[in-house]
Amino acid sequence: MTTAFIHSLISFVGKTFVITEFELRKLRHDFTELITRALQPALWLLIFGQVFARSGMMHTGNVPYLDFIAPGILAQSVLFVAIFYGINVIWERDLGIVQKFLVSPTPRAALVLGKGFSAGIRTLSQAIVVYGLSLLLGVRLNWSPLALLNVFVVVVLAATLFSTFSLVIACIVKTRERFMGVGQVLTMPLFFASNAIYPTTIMPTWLKVISHLNPLTYVVDALRTSMLAGSASSFGLGLDYAVILATTIVLVFIGARLYPQLGV
Amino acid sequence: MTANAGEVFGLLGSNGAGKSTTIKMLTTLLPPTSGEARVGGFSITRQPVEVRRAIGYVPQAVSVDGSLTGYENLLIFAKLYDIPHGEQEARIREQLEFVGLTAEAGRMVGQYSGGMVRRLEIAQATLHRPRVLFLDEPTVGLDPIARDAVWKHLVDLRTNYGTTLFLTTHYLEDAESHCDRIAIMHMGKLAALGTLKELEASLGAGSHTLDEVFVHYAGITIDSGGSFRDVSAERTTEQRLG
Repeated sequence: MTTAFIHSLISFVGKTFVITEFELRKLRHDFTELITRALQPALWLLIFGQVFARSGMMHTGNVPYLDFIAPGILAQSVLFVAIFYGINVIWERDLGIVQKFLVSPTPRAALVLGKGFSAGIRTLSQAIVVYGLSLLLGVRLNWSPLALLNVFVVVVLAATLFSTFSLVIACIVKTRERFMGVGQVLTMPLFFASNAIYPTTIMPTWLKVISHLNPLTYVVDALRTSMLAGSASSFGLGLDYAVILATTIVLVFIGARLYPQLGV
Repeated sequence: MTANAGEVFGLLGSNGAGKSTTIKMLTTLLPPTSGEARVGGFSITRQPVEVRRAIGYVPQAVSVDGSLTGYENLLIFAKLYDIPHGEQEARIREQLEFVGLTAEAGRMVGQYSGGMVRRLEIAQATLHRPRVLFLDEPTVGLDPIARDAVWKHLVDLRTNYGTTLFLTTHYLEDAESHCDRIAIMHMGKLAALGTLKELEASLGAGSHTLDEVFVHYAGITIDSGGSFRDVSAERTTEQRLG
């Protein structure tokens, strides 16, 4: 019983990494995507961030506003990149690739999680872009190895979470047109109902409640805690990690149940 | 109906007759609404993982990844099908050799011709030496030369490894020259089953062609079946391969 369980667990982890490996190999062949993605965080930090920092309208305690939103913009760009990941899945379904994978004896959860991880590793380029911009703007960053490791892990996990969410949506809507519509509708509320560009303390109560149910809020909190020199966490890194991991596990479970519907 | 081990079994029918649905059920992609089938001795409803290990599948649509090389497309499935690490390299080389793509292995599949794509798909689907290979319209969208090449490899598969081939096709001449036994479906049901000779004889006295047999059993009406999505998928495949 237990050896069979351990064996299937090892097989599951192995298969997950096989899927991730080949998703990343595809990236090696086409880098343009990474470059175009760098534009959005640059706009948010250089234009929106600078203007609002000068206005002095945002009260972010003893943290300068640009410092405050740098981790928020990193979280946002991770969200924006990951949330459209499902479009690839629909594309692979319209070819016959999804079907081919479903007919192989690979656990469904490994197919879903493997793709999620690859999206996670892809979005690391966004972290490099945001760190570069932050240096340029004089944001006081925390360069301790532990802090950097935390940022690395949180970015990968957050992208895994939102890309798996995206995959779940793709399994439900099944066509590219509908997916684009739903994707647009979801990103802005997730972004604005979070602590990415303003603290939750200035929100009306109803929005505050929603933002506390939004996983992005915990991603931002974890990034803000780790990225900035001398920033205190609102919820504690432990709770941040717990929320991110639990949400990801639930979404992978749902994704594994829904993914076979793409093969029909 | 039963397909015997080591035979080439052709499933014919007009658009929307249920050929693709049958293949999807047998390959565990689609759970049957009722009933049961066994593939390689395993139940498709109760032992789907065992069925998946025993079969290979070449869908109608293009199922290799254009943004990977031919070699990489085979490597990923070698890993997913648990081919032991030490044997992977030799097996992939053997498969590439078998379908005549050794020289092209390092090229991106996006630059392959239609016939090369189909051959790579066959190599990919048979890496793990499946007992049964399912093919949905394997020659759709291919020119006659590429079609002959695909058939040559399919016939070799049976000769070399005793693989059972279960395929659907629109092309009666494919069925006529390559299938040991032919089943004709009409409106989701099996209308006829037998060797070409048996089917022709079943129409009664006189000599009949497979065309006549097909029209008799498949009940041709011009506007029969085939959903928008099926037709669109088929045309996309033809476009991509052709």
